[in-house]
Amino acid sequence: MSEILLSAKDLSVRFGGVLAVNKVSFDVKEGEVFTLIGPNGAGKTTVFNLISRIYTPTSGEIEYRGEKLTAQPPHKIAALGIARTFQNIELFEHATVLHNLLIGRHTHRQTGLLHDLFFTTKAREAELQAREKAEQVIDFLDLQHHRDSMVAGLPYGVRKVVELARALCTEPRLLLLDEPSSGLNVEETSDMAFWIQDIQHELGITVLMVEHDMSLVSRVSDRVLAMNQGEVLAVGTPREVQTDPGVIEAYLGSVDEVSSLRRAA
Amino acid sequence: MRFIFKTDYGQDIKLAKHAGHVFWYGALMLALLAAPWLVAEYWLAQLTFVMIYAIAGLGLMLLAGFTGLFSLGHAAFLGVGAYTQAVLTNAGLPFPIALACAAGLSAAVGLVVGLPALRVKGIYLGMATLSFGFIVEEVFARWESVTGGNAGIHIKVPDMFGWRLASGESFYFLCLLITVAATLAILNLLRSPTGRAFVAIRDSEISAQSMGIHLARYKTLSFALSAALAGIAGALYAHKLQFISPDQFNILQSIDLLLMIVIGGVGSVHGAFLGAIFLISMPQVIALSKDHLPAAIGQAPGLQAAVYGIVLIAFVLFEPLGLYGRWLKVRTYFQLFPFYRKGLFKRQKSFQKSDRLK
Repeated sequence: MSEILLSAKDLSVRFGGVLAVNKVSFDVKEGEVFTLIGPNGAGKTTVFNLISRIYTPTSGEIEYRGEKLTAQPPHKIAALGIARTFQNIELFEHATVLHNLLIGRHTHRQTGLLHDLFFTTKAREAELQAREKAEQVIDFLDLQHHRDSMVAGLPYGVRKVVELARALCTEPRLLLLDEPSSGLNVEETSDMAFWIQDIQHELGITVLMVEHDMSLVSRVSDRVLAMNQGEVLAVGTPREVQTDPGVIEAYLGSVDEVSSLRRAA
Repeated sequence: MRFIFKTDYGQDIKLAKHAGHVFWYGALMLALLAAPWLVAEYWLAQLTFVMIYAIAGLGLMLLAGFTGLFSLGHAAFLGVGAYTQAVLTNAGLPFPIALACAAGLSAAVGLVVGLPALRVKGIYLGMATLSFGFIVEEVFARWESVTGGNAGIHIKVPDMFGWRLASGESFYFLCLLITVAATLAILNLLRSPTGRAFVAIRDSEISAQSMGIHLARYKTLSFALSAALAGIAGALYAHKLQFISPDQFNILQSIDLLLMIVIGGVGSVHGAFLGAIFLISMPQVIALSKDHLPAAIGQAPGLQAAVYGIVLIAFVLFEPLGLYGRWLKVRTYFQLFPFYRKGLFKRQKSFQKSDRLK
């Protein structure tokens, strides 16, 4: 847990007059679970979208294993070993769970158009290998029951897991989880926490996540970064960040504000 | 009710999933092979047209049904294929080479038309392809030195290195061969990474991209493949009619093609065939029923267009998955008999993005 896998340096992005992310810098170390927290609109998802190159930063730089990520086109990010999930689930709805996972194997495809058109022996073998990998992920996340179901008919909690599974199918080094527990009940959240720990310890994947559920955050995170209005408030262990006065102020308001309210009442 | 016991990953890759598939598709194949001896010449010609339209339909299905990009100018690709075939065959090139050129040129045009698809979506893409269709039709009409202008162009009998396919039967077998090859190619594509990438783009571009799918490459590829199939269909169409003129590749033809896949069932390979059968048999049905209808309706101009319109509206309203969707329901009814429930296929309103494909 020493080598730096991803580092953001003075990252800023501006949408018109809104400075969504303002000079954010952080380092994610290899093998850790690093969590971004902050109130709504703090810019957490924007940071994710910058890393997965959906947005281009106005200024600043993202380095991944010493390489400049901003020089890469969006579709190359997965091949570099960065996979992500989405806050509002972006699955391929009119396909089965297995199909979704196989699409996750896209960066590992070994055949071109011609092999695919004639479904040559090579294409067949590549398919079987892809299936084998997908099945490993299915085993890992207990998705056996849903293997052949259409995503459109699955309950929300299962879709969340399918999305995680699809991200794992790309065999990432860095996994970006955008609110993995949103919309899940207590039991499902607890499962999610176990899986994140397994992903970290068994698969050795570094996890960068955005999360609101503080119990989940403190359970799985090695380090936490708190943001507010596009700026970094604090970085440290979950306990350090939770007791940071700036963070408390962002979530609950300042002591002055609270006491002024009390006086008015 | 059939239960398939799976013991091997290879089973999910196979085209024929169980013995029933082997039996029924085998029977269909035998019937098609025996058709020249079983049906009259006229019906054989209709069957040939069904296959030609099915090939074009497969192409449009790949584009609209599986990649989620729809084209209102697909007749233009049909036309490019038809004219290329006509010009090259008349210049004395053997059929296979002319066909390859027709498919190739059509694919190249498709590639160019695919470029705006990278920037525009939905209705705007429809408008872009629509205007492309008009431009191509105009080119066919004005480029008289090559296309013969509005007077049209006659096309010689296909020639396979000295073996002339003059009879309806031999041309039927040629079409059958190409249809089977095209269908297998599409099915292969759909069970391999390329086809999955198309489906991924259809369902969610943003996550397709974050799975490492190069959106621009796959969208243009889809356009090119779709155009190539339309080009092949166009070439066969030209040979079948032996005469082509620009007005055969106008907006109405494009709409017919789109109507075909919507009624057949968007997003299914079967849909292309069912739609083609519908498209070819409907005029016959209308012609037959004309005599039995009151003169005010039966002899009215535009009866066919009205019937098409009503059928299309009915399908969009009551059976968005088309004829194939209807067939699935009927089949399920019998498989589950007597346990079929009415709401079995009812779409769940999930207020997610599942309504993208309709």
